[in-house]
Amino acid sequence: MMHPVIPYVIAALLFGLGAYGVLTRRNAVLLLMAVELMLNAVNLVLVTADTTVRAALPYTGGVFALFIIVLAAAEVGVGLAVVLQLYRLRRSVQVDELPLADAGPYAGADDDDPLPVGASR
Amino acid sequence: MTGALGAALPLVPFLCSLLGFLLRPTSRFAGGFYGITGALAALIIAIVLALRVDGLVQTSHEVANFGSLEVTFGVRLNSAAAIVAIAVGVVALAVQVYSTSYLRDDDRYAPYAAQVSLFTAAMLLVVVAGDLVMLLVGWEVMGICSYLLIGHDRRLPEAPGAAVKAFLVTRVGDIGFLLGIVILGVRAGSFRISDVLAPGVLDPTTVTVVCLLLLAGVAGKSAQFPLHTWLPDAMAGPTPISALIHAATMVAAGVYVVTRLFPLFLSSSVALDVLAVMAAVTMLLGALAATAQDDIKRVLAWSTVSQLAYMMGALAVGAEAAALFHLLTHAAFKALLFLSAGAVIHSVGTNLMSRMGGLRKGMPVTFWCTTVGLGALVGLPPLAGFWSKDEILHVAVEGSGWRAIVVYVAGIVTVFVTAFYASRMWLRTFFGEARTADAAHPHDPPRLMAWPVVLLAVPSALLGFTALIPGFAQALGAPAGESFVVGPEVMVPVVWVALGVAAAWWAWRHRPADDPARVLGPLQPVFANAFYLDAVQDALVVRPVTALARTVRRLDESLVDGAVEATGRGTLSLGAVVASVHRAGLPRAVSAVLGGAAILGLAAVAIVGVWP
Amino acid sequence: MTTADVLMLALGAVAVGSAAAVVATRHVVRAGLWLVVALGAIAGLYLVLTAELVAWVQVLIYVGAVVVLLLFAVMLTRAPIGASADLDRSRWPGLLIGGGSGLGLAALLVDAYHWSTVEPTSVGTAEVIGTQVFRAWVLPFEVLSVLLLAALVGAIVVSRPDVGVRR
Repeated sequence: MMHPVIPYVIAALLFGLGAYGVLTRRNAVLLLMAVELMLNAVNLVLVTADTTVRAALPYTGGVFALFIIVLAAAEVGVGLAVVLQLYRLRRSVQVDELPLADAGPYAGADDDDPLPVGASR
Repeated sequence: MTGALGAALPLVPFLCSLLGFLLRPTSRFAGGFYGITGALAALIIAIVLALRVDGLVQTSHEVANFGSLEVTFGVRLNSAAAIVAIAVGVVALAVQVYSTSYLRDDDRYAPYAAQVSLFTAAMLLVVVAGDLVMLLVGWEVMGICSYLLIGHDRRLPEAPGAAVKAFLVTRVGDIGFLLGIVILGVRAGSFRISDVLAPGVLDPTTVTVVCLLLLAGVAGKSAQFPLHTWLPDAMAGPTPISALIHAATMVAAGVYVVTRLFPLFLSSSVALDVLAVMAAVTMLLGALAATAQDDIKRVLAWSTVSQLAYMMGALAVGAEAAALFHLLTHAAFKALLFLSAGAVIHSVGTNLMSRMGGLRKGMPVTFWCTTVGLGALVGLPPLAGFWSKDEILHVAVEGSGWRAIVVYVAGIVTVFVTAFYASRMWLRTFFGEARTADAAHPHDPPRLMAWPVVLLAVPSALLGFTALIPGFAQALGAPAGESFVVGPEVMVPVVWVALGVAAAWWAWRHRPADDPARVLGPLQPVFANAFYLDAVQDALVVRPVTALARTVRRLDESLVDGAVEATGRGTLSLGAVVASVHRAGLPRAVSAVLGGAAILGLAAVAIVGVWP
Repeated sequence: MTTADVLMLALGAVAVGSAAAVVATRHVVRAGLWLVVALGAIAGLYLVLTAELVAWVQVLIYVGAVVVLLLFAVMLTRAPIGASADLDRSRWPGLLIGGGSGLGLAALLVDAYHWSTVEPTSVGTAEVIGTQVFRAWVLPFEVLSVLLLAALVGAIVVSRPDVGVRR
């Protein structure tokens, strides 16, 4: 016998901490770590819900949690590939130092040449 | 049949002009052929019509019906129309033949001849039109042809400006003309001339307003004060054009339209007053300006202004037959004078009389023809001008009211001044010693130029005798019982003619090389610049309008275009702002997402309520 | 307060504490290691909640693979070893949103469940969860394997050396 409110609250706090980490951390890898925290919070909620919710299909929460773990693994794989490529190009993985590549398609436009950059005439 | 002939009268030259426009510009022979054929056909049809028409013939075919308003095509033929058509045909034919020789070096002859044919068609349309809308069409096409033909020689620097000036000044008058026709048609319920002239259709105020508006157009087209300024400058066009358009036909169209709608004018004394004043002022203005001109064509241009005022004066005192008679004789002798002037210019190479002199011996044919023309102009008996001008003065002296007095006095003074400037022109051009080398070896013009001149000399001399034909005055619209006889009061103008000639001869006699106008003293430059009316027009009209146009243009560019462009630029910059907001870096984007999610969650909880 | 409660409280405290360390520490490598602790504590929580398979899969994959990957990335991106002062941006958006969402969710859940009790009856062993996966959830399972394949291929493509090089 247990009180399910405890793991629920733990999950909520983990989620909040993960959100804080996503918004605060500058290093891309640390940001991904914070994302993992958020995913784990969700997993915890799902597993706890297994015990509190009488679902038509049993253990749905656990199955979902497994799926989320798989997705998280895939996400980390692709995400880190992107981060590594970014590091190769820019020598830094600070997310707030990423300059946007160009100012947008209409940036070079003026009265004599109002079409977007690269538009065909 | 007569109606069909009447419709054919403008159509045949029109078709010839269309064919002429299809030619290559350099094809001289084909262009001249179409032109001469058109004019000849028009002349033959006009002669046939004159023989057949008896009384009034009218046809009309409805073309558009706007409910309460009908527009019809139709002809309205009477003897006066047929006779005027003959005059137009004769002058047009003479000009077409003359042009083939005068413009032999021109490389755009085919369009020129086509434009002359088009003009002839338009003038004949005005002559036969039975519907005011058709008349307006012919009127406007004449204006456009005048513009095109004045500016024909593109090598002349003053030609385009003169063409635009002619077009714009007549346009100002044409606005009034258009308004007059519109009001007339709307009030009368139909644009047919017969309907408009029906008695009792229009109330007096409408009639006066309409007549005044129509007079604006007439003043423009017939170069009366204050819309006369375009005619002397229009002499930049080729001389045959000056003969056709600006002497014999287009400028006479104003007079002709007044005679067509004469019952309207007769019932409005205000319009007749205005007409009388305009005629008197213009008569004197034109004659005085002609006394001090150096350019031979300008003398003739101012002379035309003055002679047209004679016709207007006749109309002001109610004598439409006298006005039409003078129109016919003026057409003959003015065309003659212009074509001879063309021969002189062609021989000497310059328009300026100060560079001529002593041409009498080298060009006898031209000399005698010009003498006949000038004699007709001053009113020397028994030449044509004598009969018609004196008929006008006769009607004026017989008339009552201040209009007749004004017209008569102005007419007499103008007779004197006309004699002076005509003799001055005659003496300076043909007598004395040649003043330049070019004038030392004059020659008569080639045959194709000489024959039209000689042929026009015949009516200039003899047309006056038609006044003695019984019924001729009635054919021109005089009431039954009157005719063009002149009584003993004709001696008064003849005396003044003699005085004018004597004055010019006396001024010339002692110093043949000098300008007889020098006796005018300080007035000479005033007359030469036509009382500086051009400068007045420039200051009063041209400059304000140009300034207004510039302001409007700037407003249009900055406000209207600016508003449109600002819309575009504003949208683009708004898009750029939104794009820059979108171009958030990762941290800002993540904050936005999570913050948005948190707010949505809060909203969901608040709205839906906390579940138990 | 049953035994399960006490265990959950303890493991929860560890998890939350190490999570706080993950997002607050100034050493990059130490953040990864604190992440290991946090994930392990969560695996413990799963065990207490009788979800065996999930717990061991968590340890295997999350602790064993994901964290290793993250540490590799830390090393390959030359993260500073030792304390570095500029790891964090401005804290206020994070505190506001993270704190707001975390505390808000906690309040929501407390309000929903109060101090109710549940009796976990069956244990989520490999056998039962496997039965569920291959009976009711076999289609998402297959789709997930395709997704994994796509992710692998995508990761290889993204990390090609000639991607993104502008000439």
